Amino acid sequence: MRRAAQSEAVATRGAASWRIRRRRPRSDTVAAYGFLAPNGIGFLVFTLIPIGASFVISLYHWPLVGEASFAGTQNYRALATSDPVFWQVLRNTFSYVFGYVPLNILLSLGIAVWLSSKIRGKNLFRVIFFLPVVTPMVANAMIWTLLYMPQSGVIDWFLVNVLHISGPNWLGSQTLAMPAMIVMSVWQGFGYNMLILSAGLQSIPVELYDAAAIDGASSWRRFLNVTLPLLTPFLFFAFVMTLITSFQVFTQPYVLTGGGPGVSTTTLVLYLYNNGFQFFKMGYASALAWILFVIIMTATAIQFVAQKRWVHYG
Amino acid sequence: MDREDGRGFPLGQVISHGFLILVALLWLFPFVWMISTALKPNADVFAMPPRVIPTDIQWGNFKAAWNYAPFGRFMLNGLLVAGIGTFLVLLTSSCAAYAFARLDFPGRDNIFVAYLGTLMVPQEVIVVPMFILMKNLGWINSYQALILPWAFTAFGTFLLRQFFLTIPFELEDAALLDGASRFRILWNIMVPLATPALAVLGVFTFINYWNSFLWPLIIVNGQEHATVPLGLNIFMGQYGSQWNYLMAASTISILPSVLLVLATQRYLVEGIALTGLGGH
Repeated sequence: MRRAAQSEAVATRGAASWRIRRRRPRSDTVAAYGFLAPNGIGFLVFTLIPIGASFVISLYHWPLVGEASFAGTQNYRALATSDPVFWQVLRNTFSYVFGYVPLNILLSLGIAVWLSSKIRGKNLFRVIFFLPVVTPMVANAMIWTLLYMPQSGVIDWFLVNVLHISGPNWLGSQTLAMPAMIVMSVWQGFGYNMLILSAGLQSIPVELYDAAAIDGASSWRRFLNVTLPLLTPFLFFAFVMTLITSFQVFTQPYVLTGGGPGVSTTTLVLYLYNNGFQFFKMGYASALAWILFVIIMTATAIQFVAQKRWVHYG
Repeated sequence: MDREDGRGFPLGQVISHGFLILVALLWLFPFVWMISTALKPNADVFAMPPRVIPTDIQWGNFKAAWNYAPFGRFMLNGLLVAGIGTFLVLLTSSCAAYAFARLDFPGRDNIFVAYLGTLMVPQEVIVVPMFILMKNLGWINSYQALILPWAFTAFGTFLLRQFFLTIPFELEDAALLDGASRFRILWNIMVPLATPALAVLGVFTFINYWNSFLWPLIIVNGQEHATVPLGLNIFMGQYGSQWNYLMAASTISILPSVLLVLATQRYLVEGIALTGLGGH
């Protein structure tokens, strides 16, 4: 964030230096379009036009084969009024987000702060916690399917034989499948935020701690009054990015539960996939995609407004 | 937190390290269990009590998994897709970023705003039209369908533009006076100075392609063009109860990512700090 501010400053200086320079020769315009063309054309064809097309498709009944017919807002109205699964899917997605995001942020903050103290082999620990972020999600989810096996899985064995409590059927239970998915996802994903926050902690000048220590601040006070405020820009970045990506969760329910039992772990994107690519209701799937987009935009906008109250740009 | 003054008491240090090692072991356990299961005969996978070190080690499981499904093919497909995709992202993003950062042309700011505006759009919004486009092009089950849709990203262009803006103009002006072409300036001055940003963008682009699941699942059916996550999914559908083979296949599939992280671990924190960039 500080770096972004720096590059903004540099950008402004760059802009100022444009003004005193002579007008660009024509050859520069040609060169510019030449440089831009490969990416620009690809961006137009594979990003910009599909975004527009997606909205148009959401206004049609669009089967895989056969004629598409104009539907107006029918897809959206059908989702809102005559599809009880959609509301369940929405609730599932929000319970995933509300479980996953806070756990992820708290754990990454805890481990990042822990690793910022005098610890030998920091890099090794960081690599261990970061590893599941880059291993394929399908493989990660398969491993956890094995760990979560009822009775014969290691987790249930541990609960029954070491803790002497009952071992549930984690992925087969309407109430436990979602928490199990959240736990797996935190294991998988928190290492990325841990690295962001580690970078943030490294950016805090040591002199500030020394000053606080001379003033007699306890380590807890130093954490609350020095570390945390200076870390808020990094926390904000981690929080917003995690929020955005967690609304898009797909692979974990696809592999761990297939969205079940019933539809208790079907998330928005899994429902979108099922509608679009299992039932080939392209218009309906596109309407779901736009609802997802609006939710993400709204959640992000709320964060950007709320940040004024807690993010400290030093 | 309480030991950064360096006057910590050894006992506290020992406890802190001890706990951290425990947490790290807990974090590694799923991978340990994966390897352990991969080495067991199928009859021992759910033997009670569970054993981390198998009594009867079956190295042959790896060979069996490799033979049951064409994992060599999946890995080659993955390398091809991720390799070409990453190359295209780096090449086209740095060219476009150079135009945005350094050249003046009509419509520059409007085009850049269009780029920025799409950064927030989730991939899921475009998969349906993209699928229809691929179907009309006859590209279903093809490498180009796996590569091209994600090779011209606004994100890479934006990131490199921000980085190029931090490079002083003076370096270029001297080269321009010497009559160097814009392309030479990009290639000989900007690209070498932006190596850290390009490296981070390259590594994460590669990982994203390699791990991508939703799009390959949509656009590819069958083994011929399957990448590694898709291959694992196919394998799970076929040998769902053979957990030793499934785990052997998982072990094979995570190996490239593990090697990449180990190779770049010294730059991980700096790289992420540099770009605020990562998987997913």
